[in-house]
Amino acid sequence: MLNKNFYLILIISLVFAISFWIGFNVNLLPAEASINAPIYDELFKILFIIGLIIFIGMTIAVIYSLFKFRKRNDQIGDGIALEGNLSLEIVWTIIPSIIVLLIGLYSYNIYDRMGGMKELNHNHKMMSSNTEKIWAGISQTSDNEISINNLSIEVSAMQFAFLFNYPKGNFISGELHVPVDQKVSMKMESKDVIHAFWVPEFRIKQDIIPGQPTILNFTPTKVGKYPIICAELCGPYHGGMRASIIVEEESDYNEWFNKNKKTEVNL
Amino acid sequence: MTISIDPQKANNESLQPKGWLRYFSFSLDHKVIGIQYLVCGFLFYLIGGTLASAIRIELASPMSDFMPRDVYNQVLTLHGTIMIFLWIVPVVNGAFGNYLIPFYVGARDMAFPRLNAVAFWLIPPSGLMLVASYFVEGAAQAGWTAYPPLSITTPQSGQIIWILSVLLLGGSSIFGGINFIATIIKLRRPGLKLMQLPMYCWAMLGTSLLVVLSTPVLAGTLILLSFDIIANTGFFNPVLGGNVVVYQHLFWFYSHPAVYIMVLPAFGLVSEILPVHARKPLFGYTTMVFSIMGIVVLGLVVWAHHMFTSGTPPWMRLFFTIATAFIAVPTGIKFFNWVATLWGGKISINSAMLFSCGFIINFVFGGITGVALAQVPFDIHVHDTYFVVAHFHYIVYGGTVFIIFSSIYHWFPKVTGKMLNEKLGILHFIITFIGFNLCFAPQHWLGLNGMPRRVAEYDPQFQFVNQISSLGALLMAISTIPFLVNVFLSVRNGKNAGDNPWNALTPEWLTSSPPPVENWEGEAPLVEEPYGYGKEISEQK
Repeated sequence: MLNKNFYLILIISLVFAISFWIGFNVNLLPAEASINAPIYDELFKILFIIGLIIFIGMTIAVIYSLFKFRKRNDQIGDGIALEGNLSLEIVWTIIPSIIVLLIGLYSYNIYDRMGGMKELNHNHKMMSSNTEKIWAGISQTSDNEISINNLSIEVSAMQFAFLFNYPKGNFISGELHVPVDQKVSMKMESKDVIHAFWVPEFRIKQDIIPGQPTILNFTPTKVGKYPIICAELCGPYHGGMRASIIVEEESDYNEWFNKNKKTEVNL
Repeated sequence: MTISIDPQKANNESLQPKGWLRYFSFSLDHKVIGIQYLVCGFLFYLIGGTLASAIRIELASPMSDFMPRDVYNQVLTLHGTIMIFLWIVPVVNGAFGNYLIPFYVGARDMAFPRLNAVAFWLIPPSGLMLVASYFVEGAAQAGWTAYPPLSITTPQSGQIIWILSVLLLGGSSIFGGINFIATIIKLRRPGLKLMQLPMYCWAMLGTSLLVVLSTPVLAGTLILLSFDIIANTGFFNPVLGGNVVVYQHLFWFYSHPAVYIMVLPAFGLVSEILPVHARKPLFGYTTMVFSIMGIVVLGLVVWAHHMFTSGTPPWMRLFFTIATAFIAVPTGIKFFNWVATLWGGKISINSAMLFSCGFIINFVFGGITGVALAQVPFDIHVHDTYFVVAHFHYIVYGGTVFIIFSSIYHWFPKVTGKMLNEKLGILHFIITFIGFNLCFAPQHWLGLNGMPRRVAEYDPQFQFVNQISSLGALLMAISTIPFLVNVFLSVRNGKNAGDNPWNALTPEWLTSSPPPVENWEGEAPLVEEPYGYGKEISEQK
């Protein structure tokens, strides 16, 4: 009996060890280039490890049962007439409930840290009309955090392109340029069908909906050029609907901005 | 007896064709209708599989070079629609439900045999109509979700035919659901209590409740969508003041329960198969029943987890996260119970058992990614990517389709009186299992790293992993060959099965194979312990 328990504990520890090792050493995610990304990756790591423990454990249990309890040629008759075990069933109802609840609370915390639970402002600086209802994407900012330093960009999506309007410079660009380490606030609206704005390196995505503006805020943390991908089926050229986001040092950004700025701007 | 059978008997004997011709007739025999569902569904599976192969060929290279882009969108729309509405839903519900439920409740047929036949005969015309729409002006190309405004702006004829076809299939599904509920509740033979029913009855009761409650919502939604397309109304058309997100709420109010309409019957079927081949009672019957009903209730209140990036208020995201994640609890109970059913058994390693165990492993994997996807912050990155594609194929293919194959290996001797060849069956399992995992496991990585779903082209750095996935799809296509060979050879020259080759205790095995028209020569047997394995032996000794 002691022997049996010993092997059980050994196997469980091995499953945990392997899962933790894989969880910490196998990276399945792209580069981290926004404030959101490391927070996301922390959640991913935890879910990955818990998932591995359950998956490896269940797989071992199934394969072990198939091997250990297989019917030998000389055997006839049935297995044991065991119809259930109430305490065992209560255990494997309560433990998963606790795990699921803890994951839920933890992901709530992650979502909060990403700024998802903050109420979005109704008097957003760049809003054309204050009365329209804005449906939130992930937000990094709250009302009082929004300052003139914030970059406000209006995104319009259409089959099959993104256009980025910089109201302060009164110009429209096909590439999204943003300075590193500064909050960017985007109001997005589609001109035709539903599109989505996705930057995998930022771990953010928000649908762009016709007739229903959406807000997406983010703070890039790493200089570089990243793809903006449309993630919602929008027609034949959906797969080709791409743009680039160029995260650059503030001086480079200002140079680019001033080069494109229309002087007759009137704000 | 519970039903009067005389008029029907006369009908069956004088008017109904005999032999193979009856499968092409308006037969009222639930067993014939079950086989009609199965074979019809399998033919559509082959069509849907061919479309899937076309998708994987297109995706073997980063450029859109195998077919025109709009055809690609038609192919992926038809693939999804056919696999869901013409293969999985009709087969796990219609085929096995019709064949097995009357046996399990001790009846001679379903409650409404004519409605039953109507429900089946709606399927071939609507399926053919759907496939034929490709040859008119092109099939629907807005995905199986048909989100407006895309579905309003793409060519109209294909979208309208798609709507009509899905409406007919939804009607068929509702007829079937009403029939199953009536049969399970009202046609039980005297003395048979609800808590003595085989688990598949409970699964079908829960599934049918979901069908009857949620399918009408889809029907209403699609009718409104068709008004927007043909009559220029503005329910979902933003140009006319409509709201596109409302469509998504209505659509997913059906289409998330639809996932349970596809997997709950599979949960029921595997609960029938495992005890027989493990020679052990089903572990935890009562908790299984409660977890099915728990899934039914929770399944109705989780739809908005498909819309975390659509623009939903934060509180709503939180509610749907927690409701969705909690489905893992009743589902988890069922998986632990199945492993406990295997534990300490005398397991025959045969095709039915292998496919069932493959189901457990694949579904656990899909369930884990499902709990992850339920978390809003996690979902926001991977929503609408290949991660999601991989997740739901682990659920519906790795889960339900594996169980469909397992069930075919298990009940083929009952239906035909012949055994399937085990060697070919095990070969079928091995190729399917390897091919499936090779095809879909790498897609998780693709999604995490930036490949959206429903695209005909992608970044070159994803080519190698996509080619692995396409290789897996090729193996899956090849795996149908040993299966089809096996079925054709065994129908003709298979080993005689006898009435009960597995020594099973559920009622369908207590009659001849194949069973007579009204299921039993005499009275229907009263089976109080459908899973009473291990008990007779001790009595005999």
